[in-house]
Amino acid sequence: MQIDVSDRNVFYGTGSGSPAPDAEAIIFLHGAGMDHSVWVMPARYFARHGFRVVAPDLPGHGKSAGPALTSISAMSDWVIELQEALNLSNSSLVGHSMGSLISFATAARYPARINKIALLGTANPMPVSDGLLDAARDNDHAAFAVANTWSHSATGRLGSSGNPGNSNLNTGMRLLERVADGVYHTDLSACNDFTAADFGTWGKTPALVVAGTGDQMTPARSGLKVAASIPNCTNIVLEGCGHSMLSEQPNEVLDALAGFLNA
Amino acid sequence: MSEKTPSTPGALRTHRGPPGTGFDTLALHAGQSPDPTTGARATPIYQSASFVFPDSEAAAGLFNIERAGHVYSRLSNPTNAVLEERMAALDGGVGALATASGQAATHLAITTLLSAGDHIVASSSLYGGTHNLLEYTLPRFGITTTFVDPRDPAAFAAAITPASRLCFGEVLGNPGLEVLPIASIAEVAHNAGIPLLVDATFSTPYLCRPIEHGADIVVHSATKFLSGHGVVIGGVVVDGGTFDWHANAKFPTMTEPYEGFHNLVFADEFGPAAFITRARKEGIRDFGACMAPMTAFQVLQGLETLPLRMAKHVNNAVAIAEFLEGADGVAKVNYPSLPSHPDHDLAKTLLPKGCGAVFGFEITGGRAAGQAFIEALDLFSHLANIGDAKSLVIHPASTTHHRMDSAALAGAGISEGLIRLSIGLEDPADLIGDLKRGLRAASKVAR
Repeated sequence: MQIDVSDRNVFYGTGSGSPAPDAEAIIFLHGAGMDHSVWVMPARYFARHGFRVVAPDLPGHGKSAGPALTSISAMSDWVIELQEALNLSNSSLVGHSMGSLISFATAARYPARINKIALLGTANPMPVSDGLLDAARDNDHAAFAVANTWSHSATGRLGSSGNPGNSNLNTGMRLLERVADGVYHTDLSACNDFTAADFGTWGKTPALVVAGTGDQMTPARSGLKVAASIPNCTNIVLEGCGHSMLSEQPNEVLDALAGFLNA
Repeated sequence: MSEKTPSTPGALRTHRGPPGTGFDTLALHAGQSPDPTTGARATPIYQSASFVFPDSEAAAGLFNIERAGHVYSRLSNPTNAVLEERMAALDGGVGALATASGQAATHLAITTLLSAGDHIVASSSLYGGTHNLLEYTLPRFGITTTFVDPRDPAAFAAAITPASRLCFGEVLGNPGLEVLPIASIAEVAHNAGIPLLVDATFSTPYLCRPIEHGADIVVHSATKFLSGHGVVIGGVVVDGGTFDWHANAKFPTMTEPYEGFHNLVFADEFGPAAFITRARKEGIRDFGACMAPMTAFQVLQGLETLPLRMAKHVNNAVAIAEFLEGADGVAKVNYPSLPSHPDHDLAKTLLPKGCGAVFGFEITGGRAAGQAFIEALDLFSHLANIGDAKSLVIHPASTTHHRMDSAALAGAGISEGLIRLSIGLEDPADLIGDLKRGLRAASKVAR
């Protein structure tokens, strides 16, 4: 589906759903350099269960018009603009990695607009090394290779995908290779600059943190620290799961989300 | 292919990531972990047609592509999935699908993308079975092909019409051993908004990874070097995940709602994996040419030693080709590893570890000398296959390409005296001794 948000065209996946007009909405927010396709399985699940699924390509990603937004704060503003364009008075947010920061910031700044947030592969802060930032700034392919490799657990790098016949590692690489020059650097910079304290005191929004013990980008201990900082937060730890948890353990992630979002 | 700037040494000197996994390691491990229930180290053979659903909700999720898992072995099977993921890893693709044969892989790749009225531009130097499919069978279903010189990217460009949807060639032509200029033909195809499909059966991912050179989809006959022992029939399709199906309106199977799967738009929902997902959700489901789990296990056994075997195949092939090039009674040896081959320079770039172990030579004395040669051999087996651990020999004009008339044979670079060898893993001195015996027999006829 396509819609204009602040005069810029945005593509979003719906999970092939046909929701009722008053269906509860979930917005799925992808990570740095990714697009909506990372959400294909949960999107289809929640659509089949009657939710209104909105899995956008963030500005400058996938099939959405650019430019990419340069800060997590701007991205959280954009989520509200997206809600308004879709005539949504509120929604839940599910975010992975950079998307988890957007979810966190949006819930902190606009608590009345957010029902629940699920944070997958999250950390606060989410620092990015100077070397990776420099390589991403130079559109060096090595930035993709290093980040993609780190995004998979030791088992995930060798494979054993739950999805028959898929190479999660190579799919992650192709997604990163598709982004326009500069976008990955913009995303990583936004993550690197993120400071939760900038977004004030947490309200009552229920939250879920899903962490993986094989995650080398946002280690499980970092995710659990985030969970501990949010008053109304539960957590689920996936044994052995890497940062690319949507492809490494799709069923476990789906079960976690389904339980939290009452689907 | 990525258009990104190539990696710069030292660019990430302050960011040390885990090293990439080497080819030999992937050949042994990709796609499989020890079985968590039994501890089995080898990939188990899941000889089961179906898989029990935990409950109705999980069943619905599997059918709706919400959950990962297996339903029915025509669609997917745990043993096959290991092979598929391993081939995707070895070829640098986003996913793969194992098929009943190499022919089934080619058919699946084509029919996932093309419909009646569509057109293919293909190399004229193809495996005979593939030539039959394109020249005679697919036209019955409205898909036509124009054959062009595989060495000439301009010929591919000139043959592309508004109906063209695919360029197609073999890394090493059959039986002419023309080296496909993959990058140039990929550029031609992509400029026309269509993908490049490459058959890499002769080379295997050990010698050439076509996706790295610009191909979008790769097919293999797993019957050959991948399994390596001449005991199974199988094929594999590998999706590079590189082609932008939304770049134009030429591929409605990727970009339009599919009524056969509740109006799913594959390119919208599956991103880089759109092609291989459609192939699984439509082609394998409906045409049904799936691989048996036992076959997948046997191909996996072959893959574990692919790097060792291919290196030995190539070493033996070079030794045999060099012997034949200097032997009496041999008019010409057609092997790109030899400097005498017109594609030698391209081969050094595209296939730096060697040009495989299948090549042809022309024996003096024509058809009769060729037949005498073959019948005098003891170690080489006269049969219609390649890529066995044992050395093989065949006369293409009377076997694999027998349906082609002389003009078509000439167009494919095949003479009546052409002998094709598939060099195995024997002691090369023994193979040379066998060939000498054949050449002596041929010389008597040639006189």
